[in-house]
Amino acid sequence: MSNNNAVQMLLCRIILIYAFPTKILRKLIMAKKKTSETALSKEKLLHMYKLMADIRYFDNRVNQLVKKGKVPGMTHFSVGEEAASVGAIAAIGEGDLITSNHRGHGQTIAMEIDLNEMMAEIIGRATGTCKGKGGSMHIADLDKGNLGANGIVGGGMGMAIGAALTQKMKKTGKIVVCFFGDGAVNEGTFHETMNLASIWKLPVIFYSINNMYGISTPISSVINIDYNYQRACAYGIPGHFIEDGNNVMDVYNKFEELVKYVREGNGPVLVESLTYRWYGHSTSDPGKYRTKAEVDEWKKKDPLVKYSKYLTDNKLATQKELDAIEKASKEAVEESVEFAFNSPEPSLESAFEDIFAP
Amino acid sequence: MENETKLMSVRDAIIMAMSEEMRRDESVFLMGEDVGIFGGDFGTSVGMLEEFGKERVRDTPISENAISGCAIGAAMTGMRPIVDVTFMDFIVYMMDNIVNQAAKTRYMYGGKGQIPVVFRCAAGSGVGSAAQHSQSLEAWFTHIPGIKVVAPGTPADVKGILKAAIRDNNPVIFLEYKAQFNMKGEVPLDPDFVLPLGKADIKREGTDVSVITYGRMLERVMQAAEEVHESDGVNVEVVDLRTLAPLDKDAVLESVKKTGRVLLVNDAHKTGGFIGEVAAMIAESDAFDYLDGRILRLAADDIPTPYNHILEKAMVPSVERIKKYILKLVNKR
Repeated sequence: MSNNNAVQMLLCRIILIYAFPTKILRKLIMAKKKTSETALSKEKLLHMYKLMADIRYFDNRVNQLVKKGKVPGMTHFSVGEEAASVGAIAAIGEGDLITSNHRGHGQTIAMEIDLNEMMAEIIGRATGTCKGKGGSMHIADLDKGNLGANGIVGGGMGMAIGAALTQKMKKTGKIVVCFFGDGAVNEGTFHETMNLASIWKLPVIFYSINNMYGISTPISSVINIDYNYQRACAYGIPGHFIEDGNNVMDVYNKFEELVKYVREGNGPVLVESLTYRWYGHSTSDPGKYRTKAEVDEWKKKDPLVKYSKYLTDNKLATQKELDAIEKASKEAVEESVEFAFNSPEPSLESAFEDIFAP
Repeated sequence: MENETKLMSVRDAIIMAMSEEMRRDESVFLMGEDVGIFGGDFGTSVGMLEEFGKERVRDTPISENAISGCAIGAAMTGMRPIVDVTFMDFIVYMMDNIVNQAAKTRYMYGGKGQIPVVFRCAAGSGVGSAAQHSQSLEAWFTHIPGIKVVAPGTPADVKGILKAAIRDNNPVIFLEYKAQFNMKGEVPLDPDFVLPLGKADIKREGTDVSVITYGRMLERVMQAAEEVHESDGVNVEVVDLRTLAPLDKDAVLESVKKTGRVLLVNDAHKTGGFIGEVAAMIAESDAFDYLDGRILRLAADDIPTPYNHILEKAMVPSVERIKKYILKLVNKR
């Protein structure tokens, strides 16, 4: 190894140590965060709970419909990962954008989509978000800044940096959050987009929701480092870790810091949160690659239970209020099911519409 | 200004078209490898960095995946990027972004959003650049709904079609030919000279044979048409498609009905090439009943482009071979 290389390696290691404290250090920092008072209004805190409940009950209900053979196509569920999406999206502002990923229900609901239209889309009806042409993997809500979920793993990463380039060129002051799963980190697009965003200092947060499996493949068997956020140093950008991605306040607090950093024009960041999907990869997955014990262990770390405990322990909400939110969520989901199944199938002619923009 | 023209090369027509559109619309910008100080790998952006600055003439790393994805995301959110792909062969690295994202997004989203982006691709052989730098891959894209594909064959058409592509609200694959950047012709100076996409152009009126072509082969077809007229009195109608997707079917069928004989010529491989699709379209239509002979195709051989210049040249239809096929159709030789 030449002297230059040795210096570079050393620098990279120093950056790693500096940017990513050891587990103990991290725990100390997290502990400090946990006891700190939140500046969020009660209204916002309860709204975050509502969104998490919406995701939970929406996807549970879709799962039931799948089992009854009522869903005509593929779906990927966000149950268990509610906090990872809601905490991040709660920290962005009006006019900020996201690209969602392969497992997009959570982000889509967190971006305040109309649940009726989303359910109708999953059932494939004309009243769906995409008129029944996209389905679960392609739900987008451009008016609200959701540039869409993606059927291609890592497929939204290019779009995210492009959207960020627009914000920079038009000087809008808006930022983009690029969601992707741990499955996307070994796609070539990960490297290319992170690099381009870093050299152009684009306002984008690369956010890896690590649920630890790419279908059946554990992440530990496909990367040769502990965590993906450690790759940030290769692009000369900060890497951040949210060890408890099931704790919505941890996710929120980290994102509040990152949104500020990126909005100030400092360029992109890479952040990773650890979470777990309760169900299989998609509707066809029996989940043989995970033990029941492992799944049960993660179910004990239920993001909704954690958050309700946080809210009640800190007297930020009463159990009664949370129960009312959950009840309202269940009702909204039931209404969406009714709306979807009462909606017409798309006309055959509609298959030939919307290919080109006028 | 309105009817004024100037003799200029394809290269200068490209620069003129992009520059005019960038002056006209702030959201238009150019990105790609070496587009800035270098002026483009084929000199197709010389002087643009000086006029528009590095924000709008953006040099990129060698990262085709990121370049294409970034362009599409920028287009989705209100910009109108032009991507200099340089060698069309490199578009292979961009395929997910173009085929799975750009082509389908609007449809998958139920008609929401638009992706106004142009991918300028230096296609074709003829400059000794061998198998990985010589392909004309238009058929890959005409196969995909949601993408427009254009291949103009004269400097004036290059200007008019490129401007139309930039103003179009959809992804457009624009073919320009490495062997023809220096080809000269009269080009209208009017900054509002824009040609329609989806309209073929009858480059030469004739009654005996319809030769249907586009892009690089147009020049050779025109020469062949003049020569067979001189030598054998054969009157060739040259249908320049200019736009492959959408295809001007009416113009093709009308010409076929008029002449009753068809030759299709392109510089891409014969198997699975775009002219095969046009041939099938003719065969399926009522124009078939007007045919006095077989539908013939003349295309590049189904071999990777060889480096040796004699082999390279032999692979692509020549004026001589085009003439031979035309005369075969009219039973003249």
